[in-house]
Amino acid sequence: MAAIDLDKPMVDLSAEAIAALPAQLGVYEVADAAGVVVHIGYAGGCEPFGLRTALMRELDSGAVQFRHEITHGYMTRWHELLMAHVARTGSLPAFNTADAHRIGTLSP
Amino acid sequence: MDHRMSEEQELIVETVRRFVADEIVPLEADLDPDAGALHPADHARLVDKTKEMGFYGLDIPKEFGGPGIDVTTRALMAIEMSQHRGGLYNPCYGTFGGAGLAQLYEATDEQKQKYLYPTLKGEKTGCFALTEPSGGSDPARAIQTRGIQDGDEWVLNGSKLYISGADKADFALVFARTSDDPGRNGVTAFIVDTDSPGFHVRRVVHTLRSTHYATELQFEELRVPASNILGELNRGFAIANDRLSRQRIPYAAGCIGVAVVAQKMAIEWAKSRESFGGLLAEKQAVQWMIVDNEIDIRHATFLVLDAAQRADRGERFRTEAAMAKLIASEGAGRVVDRAMQIHGGVGMTKDLPLERWYRELRIRRVGEGPSEVQRLIMAREILGGSFK
Repeated sequence: MAAIDLDKPMVDLSAEAIAALPAQLGVYEVADAAGVVVHIGYAGGCEPFGLRTALMRELDSGAVQFRHEITHGYMTRWHELLMAHVARTGSLPAFNTADAHRIGTLSP
Repeated sequence: MDHRMSEEQELIVETVRRFVADEIVPLEADLDPDAGALHPADHARLVDKTKEMGFYGLDIPKEFGGPGIDVTTRALMAIEMSQHRGGLYNPCYGTFGGAGLAQLYEATDEQKQKYLYPTLKGEKTGCFALTEPSGGSDPARAIQTRGIQDGDEWVLNGSKLYISGADKADFALVFARTSDDPGRNGVTAFIVDTDSPGFHVRRVVHTLRSTHYATELQFEELRVPASNILGELNRGFAIANDRLSRQRIPYAAGCIGVAVVAQKMAIEWAKSRESFGGLLAEKQAVQWMIVDNEIDIRHATFLVLDAAQRADRGERFRTEAAMAKLIASEGAGRVVDRAMQIHGGVGMTKDLPLERWYRELRIRRVGEGPSEVQRLIMAREILGGSFK
């Protein structure tokens, strides 16, 4: 389970922290103050500045912390993170419920 | 060999070409470059269109409600259907429907009721679980998943690797060793419900094809009713092998479609891009790359249509399909590589589909049997059976 989760420490979600990120493609999780992941997203090829652009949109989501992973395989990694989250918690993050039709079932 | 299209084939090809240009390509402009699916509403709308066109379920045999398209016309359509960014592995994003698992057409009536017909109606999906961590190119000998009979049931233990769609499938076609024969005569095909206790999708396997993942499966004391054996006990490998042979022609044709678009892009770029005081198209180095592309495309097209026509005439086409698969997958890889070279920097970016095709075409040289296995298949027929 640990191998497929995005398990590095969360950091504060702020414009300064986001600006310090490389403008790369990748995946991310944002969480509320209690550490509950509320959205799993990806920065794909359409984002002008990769993770920076995608995470800037999260500033208005109510989330206060985030963690990310740089990867060109952002699409499959995103699916993997969603499935791993469901396997661990029993449901999708609050802001990912519209993605339910995209994912399958893992039993890691 | 006459590879000219009939009037009907020309009409079909033109219809599919317009569908790709008018319906698929515009939607892709708003999708992520690695997108693997259309928005569900767009998908449903386009499925209605292909049904109206009479093309839905292209690979479903006529007796099961399919349109009854011959192999040659199907290959010509596959060349057109792959001519967009996601087209190599997801031609027209599945809006022409699938055939389900072709092996199920050989199933018992009871199995057809439970698995085949719901699949054809889009109510169930299946996956094909053959390859194992012990090897994929020689599956007959590599299969270590074991099936032991226990009364009216079989108990499966083992694992499978690089299995597409298992995490979303309702059932899986699982190949397991059921006798002491170490080769192809000891393998049985089982239809397994994926919600059975002991069926686990353990992990996602990431590959160059970053739009779509494979999975690793594990079976732990997985119990399958004996009535779910597909075909005959210990004769399952023939079922798997038949699938591998039949798939090679459309698989090869899809490679050609991508190569055709890459070549069009390279020509357009070469005729408009200036460098060192003239157009790229004026440089001999570029001209030769474009000519080499054309040779690769025509070579592959010739072999694919030859294999397809042999299949339509009811002749043996195993060597021809292997040759077509090898030449088309390797040739298309070269074409896209040259197109990227001609484009220079922009050819490496996600602004163009070339980089996606480059990654995905690399997999095509291994998928559905690597080039070396295709050569092995051809060598067996050319040299004779004693050189197996």
